[in-house]
Order: sequence, then structure tokens, then C-alpha cells
Amino acid sequence: MSAPLLEVADLDVYYGDFQALFAVSMSVLRGGATALVGANGAGKTTLLRTIAGAQPAASGGVRYDGSDITAAPPHRRIARGIALVPEGRKLFPSLTVEENIQVGAAAAASDAWPLDRIYGAFPMIARRRRQRAFTLSGGEQQAVAIARALASGPSLLLLDEISLGLAPLVVGELYETLAGLRSAGATLVIVEQDLRRAMDTCDHLVCLLEGRVALSAPVSGVSRDEVVAAYFGEGRS
Amino acid sequence: MSWVNAGLQGMLLGGQYALIACGLSLAFGVMRIVNLAHGDLAVCGAYLGLVLSSVLGVPVWVTLPLLLPAAFAVGMGLQVVLFGRALRHGVLAPVLVTFGLSVMIENLLQVAATSDPRGLNGGALTLASFRITGGITVSWLFLTGFLTACAVLSCLQLLLSRTSWGRNVRATADDLDTARLVGIRVRPVFASVAGIAVATAALAGVFIGTIGTFDPQAGTNTLIFAFEAVVIGGIGSLWGTLVGGVALGITQVVVGEVNQAYAVLAVHLLFLAVLTVRPGGLFTSHQSAAQVRGVRGQGVLG
Repeated sequence: MSAPLLEVADLDVYYGDFQALFAVSMSVLRGGATALVGANGAGKTTLLRTIAGAQPAASGGVRYDGSDITAAPPHRRIARGIALVPEGRKLFPSLTVEENIQVGAAAAASDAWPLDRIYGAFPMIARRRRQRAFTLSGGEQQAVAIARALASGPSLLLLDEISLGLAPLVVGELYETLAGLRSAGATLVIVEQDLRRAMDTCDHLVCLLEGRVALSAPVSGVSRDEVVAAYFGEGRS
Repeated sequence: MSWVNAGLQGMLLGGQYALIACGLSLAFGVMRIVNLAHGDLAVCGAYLGLVLSSVLGVPVWVTLPLLLPAAFAVGMGLQVVLFGRALRHGVLAPVLVTFGLSVMIENLLQVAATSDPRGLNGGALTLASFRITGGITVSWLFLTGFLTACAVLSCLQLLLSRTSWGRNVRATADDLDTARLVGIRVRPVFASVAGIAVATAALAGVFIGTIGTFDPQAGTNTLIFAFEAVVIGGIGSLWGTLVGGVALGITQVVVGEVNQAYAVLAVHLLFLAVLTVRPGGLFTSHQSAAQVRGVRGQGVLG
């Protein structure tokens, strides 16, 4: 339990000439849940995509489970147990729900999540398994996106704005599922705009501001006002 | 009766166009590459068939178990060495690279094989035919070509819809970035698709060379017909490609029945008409419809 599952150190990430992340460091304990908050454009999605291998790091490194994965391609990271639920769900529109989930198992780390277990956890999508993914409601599509990530049998699940555009009731259901995943041993990193929900769900909080870490603290040791101050960069010169 | 005959012959000819076009359609649907050397690669297949069948002294059909794997390997090699690199440098690079490849192939063939028109040894099949009714006689060669096209398209459709390979291909065609992100190894997917595209082109080249003659410059004309079949059918739809090819073939033969001079012109006018009235083609597939609706929208900064 002592060594972190994921360690990000001094990460610089660029899009062409534009620098999106500046010396970002964070570590995630095995079995923990980390909330990643910050304003639009703060670099949350970039950080998750870099951890997942979709975005190259210009300098700095990513260590996972004791080894350096900074240069590993996405399929190697998935095989090690890292899975990302991307922002905006990004389902494959011409594939059925079941095919979308099966694609997630292409480079699976383990077969801990076979189809029947996934359908058990998400009964609302079991009924729609033969439908094309784009015919589903927003909440159902989000469930499919999470199911697709689970199909790779991950140890570390990165979730990017899963509540975006969904009704509060649906968001509540999704977060109940996440709580279930966590008690089953998964480690979570969650990007969430709803600060209260983020702080209720997670035990650690990292706030990004313009590509830099503005605050990193255990949720129990930080007040909502401190987070809001870090979020907007108040108190800085 | 001659009209029915013309329609039937046109349909059989259209199968050839569909066979040459399906690889073009697949490569565009998955890799977003318009391979301008596709027709020349088909002609290369015909020349390879010529060499193999004369060296071995057998009809060209017997050489297919050698020829098709060789073409598949060439396609994979081209993807890894040329197309894959070109695709990383914007939309113009693949156009220039495949155009350059086309020019190179035509000139190398010219040097190696001269510009004499050649034909392939199709064995007994070449001249065999059977009579349906008084006015209608069907060539076994044309019928075999059409049925081969249907079989190839059916196999491709089954592979794409029923196998895990096909699932990965369709996911990659939908959204390359997300396909990588969920762990699909995109390079092998691309290489296998390019291999299939060139293998089907070579197979079409063998039929073209058996039914008629070919020379080093034949690839350009072949490419135009294939391209028109793809556009008429709707990009990304394999069965649409068959319908597109058949529409071209029927137009060509039926108009040719009236006046041979206008046959090819009529084909190009049909293409122009479809492009004007239905730019998306007659059978726009789900994925291209989804692209039109902007499902592929991206938001990389968060």
C-alpha cells in the first residue's frame, strides 16, 4: 500500500507550440480515488490523455506500478491495467453497444470483466446490446463508455467528465457504480466539474490552474473555500 | 431481346468494376487515403500473372495461390513503408505519394515489358460460353468474374461484420484517435487493409487481362472506372460499390448497343449526374452519415 500505483513527475506537454502542462506532478495510491478539478482549459483532459498514452510527454515521466511507462504506446498501458473513459464518451457510432465493449478488450490486462459481469453492473445497457451506440440516450452512452474501459480489466480507471450533459439522477447512478468499482479494488482518477460530488467521492484532490498544479491535498484536510481559491487562482500574485 | 442481353452483359462487366473498386473503397473508408496507384497495382497483378503463368506453363488461375499472397504482402509493405508515413504529413502528402507511385509503376512497366498489349492465358474458360435462350449467350469467363466479385465482397462484408479483426477495422474507420486510446493497434489494422486492397486489385487485374488486353498505361483508365464505381455507390459501402460498378457496366454496354462511340462518355456522364444529384452516393453508409453529422468532433483541451 505504501508505494503509489501511479506517479506523474514534472510533466511538460505541448500541442505544437502551445504548452498545456507545466511540470505537473501527482501520485495516486493503490485503491485510492483522486479528483482532478480545474477550470476549462486547465489541462485536466491533457493530463489524463498523457497518462493513457494518447499524448506524448515533452519532458518529465509517468511511472506505473513500479515501472516507467512514459514512452509506452496506449495498447501497452492498457495491457498493464490503465484504462481511460474519454471526455465526450467517444463511442464508435457504426458499432453496436456490444461491439463497442468488445473493442475495449482488444488489449485487455485481465479478463476480470467478461461481458456478463459488465451487463450485471450496467443492466440498462444489457437490453440494448444489439443497438448501434449512437441510438442510445446520453446516460446509456456514458455507461457503454465506462463498460468499454472496464472490458480491458483495468486496475487504474481514468474518468473524464462522465457527468457532462447528463441528468443528476443518471449521474447519481453512474457514481454508485464507481463506488462499487472502488470497493472491488479499482483505483480511480476522476475529472469532475461538480466540486461537491468530486469531494464526496474521492479521498484526494488535485486542482489544476493554467497547466500547473495549484493544490494537491487529501480531501479530509482541505476546505471547499481553499479549493475554490485554487480553482480561480485567488491569492496568487 | 438484344436490350436484355446488353443489360445482362453490362451487369457482368460491372462486377469487374466492383472488384477493382472494393479495395479503393476499403482503403479510403479505413485509412482516408485515395490510392491513385490502385489501378496500376491491378495492372501489376496482371503482369505478375503473365510472368507466373508463362514460366510455369499453366493457365493464370493456377497461379492465384502464389499471386494473391504476394499482392497482399506488397500491399502491407507499401502501407508500412510509404502510405503510413505519408498519412502522418497531412492530406496532400498521400495524394502526391500515390500519384508518384502511379507514374513510377507505369514507366517501370514500360521499360520492363514494352508497351505491347498483352493478354493472359485463361485456359479453357476464355472461350467457353452457354446459351440461355436464342439471343442470349453468356461467357463463362464473364460469369466467373461477376461471381468472383460477389464472393469477394461477401467475404469482406462477413470479415468486417463478424470477426474481431473487422470490429477493430470499423472502430478505426470511425475514430482513429479513440481506436488507439482503447488499445487497438492501428498499424497492423492499416497494413492488413492495404494488403487486402492490393490483393483484390491484383485479382481484378487478372480478370481484366484475361477478358481483354492490358499494357503499362492501362492502370489510369482502370482507376477512373473504379473511382466512379466507389463514388456512385457511396464511399464506405461495399454493396454500394457493387451497385455502382453494375450501373457503370450496364450504362456502358446498353449505350454501346446504340453507338459504341458514346459508351465510355455515357459512363462518365452517369458519374457526373450522380455526383451532382447525390454527392454522398446512392448508399451512404452509417459511418459516413455519422461523420456528416459531426460525431467525430474532438475536444483535446480540458
